Amino acid sequence: MMQARGELPNWVDAGLIPLINLAVALIASGLVVLVIGENPFEAMWIMIQGSLGSLKGWGYMLYYATNFVFTGLAVAVAFHAGLFNIGGEGQAYMAGVGAAAVGLGLDFLPWPILLPLAILAAMAMGAFWAWIPGVLQAKRGSHIVITTIMFNFIAASLVGYLINYWFRPVGKMAVESREITGAYILSAREVAREFFGVRIASSPLNFSVFLALIAAWAVWYLLWRTKLGYEIRALGANPAAAVYAGIRPDRIIIIAMTISGGLAGLMAVNEILGVQHRLLLGYVGGAGFVGIAVALMGRSHPIGILLAAMLFGLLYQGGSELSFARPEINRDMVVVIQGLVILFMGALEYAFRPALSALFYSVGREGNQ
Amino acid sequence: MNLYIELLASTIRMSVPLILACIAGLWSERAGIVDIGLEGKMLIAAFIAASASAVLGSAWIGLFCAILASLSFALVHGYAAINQRGNQVVSGVAINMLAAGLAVVLGNEWFREGGRTPALPPEGRFLPLHFPALDELPVIGPLVRVFLEHSVLAYAAFALVPLTAWALARTRFGLRLRAVGENPHAVDTAGISVAALRYRAVIIAGVLCGVAGAYISTSLSSSFVRDMTAGGGFMALAALIFANWRAWPALGACLLFGFLQAVGNFAQGASIGGFQIPVQFINMLPYVLTVVLLAGFIGKSAPPKASGIPYVKDR
Repeated sequence: MMQARGELPNWVDAGLIPLINLAVALIASGLVVLVIGENPFEAMWIMIQGSLGSLKGWGYMLYYATNFVFTGLAVAVAFHAGLFNIGGEGQAYMAGVGAAAVGLGLDFLPWPILLPLAILAAMAMGAFWAWIPGVLQAKRGSHIVITTIMFNFIAASLVGYLINYWFRPVGKMAVESREITGAYILSAREVAREFFGVRIASSPLNFSVFLALIAAWAVWYLLWRTKLGYEIRALGANPAAAVYAGIRPDRIIIIAMTISGGLAGLMAVNEILGVQHRLLLGYVGGAGFVGIAVALMGRSHPIGILLAAMLFGLLYQGGSELSFARPEINRDMVVVIQGLVILFMGALEYAFRPALSALFYSVGREGNQ
Repeated sequence: MNLYIELLASTIRMSVPLILACIAGLWSERAGIVDIGLEGKMLIAAFIAASASAVLGSAWIGLFCAILASLSFALVHGYAAINQRGNQVVSGVAINMLAAGLAVVLGNEWFREGGRTPALPPEGRFLPLHFPALDELPVIGPLVRVFLEHSVLAYAAFALVPLTAWALARTRFGLRLRAVGENPHAVDTAGISVAALRYRAVIIAGVLCGVAGAYISTSLSSSFVRDMTAGGGFMALAALIFANWRAWPALGACLLFGFLQAVGNFAQGASIGGFQIPVQFINMLPYVLTVVLLAGFIGKSAPPKASGIPYVKDR
């Protein structure tokens, strides 16, 4: 995206600069807390206590992180192909329809068959909702950013219609489907109680957390160990060179978007099959956009994404604890932090590079004398 | 008959913020700065307008503060896009989130109503103008009132369209601004600052989004509630694409989308001509139309050539 302004060692570019950017984003968030008359250190301590201080906190933190790993990986795969998929929100929402349709429609099947089918259906619907913008970009040149934004809004209306007119049982007031009983992922708490006879703190954490780890490993393997992954990265790094190397951009764009949408779709597995057990209006709740922050922060690398997703899991869980302990600080403070992270780690990612570069060269010269 | 008049009036009201935001996007994108952050700037402006007006009791002070708030967000975007050559889409996404979060966090702290602002008194709002003479006019009186009885901000929005079309086509500033969006190297070679021109475009966009936000919270409504702009910034972006980045077609696109919004509001649960159209389909129509247009099935969209590309001076 940018040409180098003075070479810097790899650990500075990949490690130090993101850390500085993150620190600046957190300092700016602290200033906001200060402006509303609260102590930012105290607020941070409550957030850390609220998510890491108890087993329940850990459960919630990892449950949120699971969602963010999926949406973060989705953004990252598209990023590697040079595409900005802002449509994770809509893709995950459509995936919920897939999961619920199979989970409810085929619930005469035994669960070992039904559950994989429902997971596949979630991925397929998410992939489909990204495939269309992918095809439009590859074949018709429609800008992916704009089409994925539009598809978020189309999904919001379409799923609203589907829940209202198709999924909602007759006579039910709440705008939601009936309960999904067959394709049911047990929560960690239920597993502990049923199979080990142990009582643990209640949290929505479920098997999907392992699915997130598998997905992260699979994305790493795909991008750095396969020919397709190489082609995706080559296209993203230098489209002109990729074409000369015999890579067909249209094919790679469509494939990368489809994979991206499928990953976003996995969020429905955690949220619909694992926690809510029904299709709810607006169930994605912004997790698709958190994925953008997570991918930027994790430098589009699966390890980075796992860490960034956990940090955002901490912020989300800690944020709700914080709003209980300090009603003056609204839960949406997390959204502010998210915005600042995206600003400093994405749009302003090179802001501190010239200064660091100058510092390094001056220190280096002194060292040589 | 009454329904149609009401629908027409509602169409005009709904399209005002769209026009303002769409023209804001037009200025920015014509100078080569992609603006995904229209929504965020409108939202923070709507919040600040309602807050300042509630505290200080004047709609005009509210408007002024809203413009300052939107402008500061616009300058952040400008700094990221122009000085730092950062990714403009990422910057826009950040601005949208920052605005959505800040509006609720600050609103909750200031008014303790969970992000709402207090209801505004009449002097804190931009109310529709009233022409007593029209009351006595028979037959066409009600129809003329639909077109004339709007707030001053609505008049400003509609006046903006010919002004923008003229400025971009006929003034030196407008021509240079368009050139910087098509071929910044040529502009630079002519000895004109690319950065200064782009900053001016970003500032214009900031001011217009400020007016749009103030209209939403102090004219269309009488307080701020969370997520009040409800995607209007993105709909304006869609209208901009639909209009192929031109001022007069932008007016048409905004009126069309405003009409669809008005119908969506009216059609809640009602049927048209005996046939039930779910309101969700009316709501999604602007976005579907834009995607179809983007795909090149109706006409061809031609964005400014240098839009979204940071300008790097050759060494």
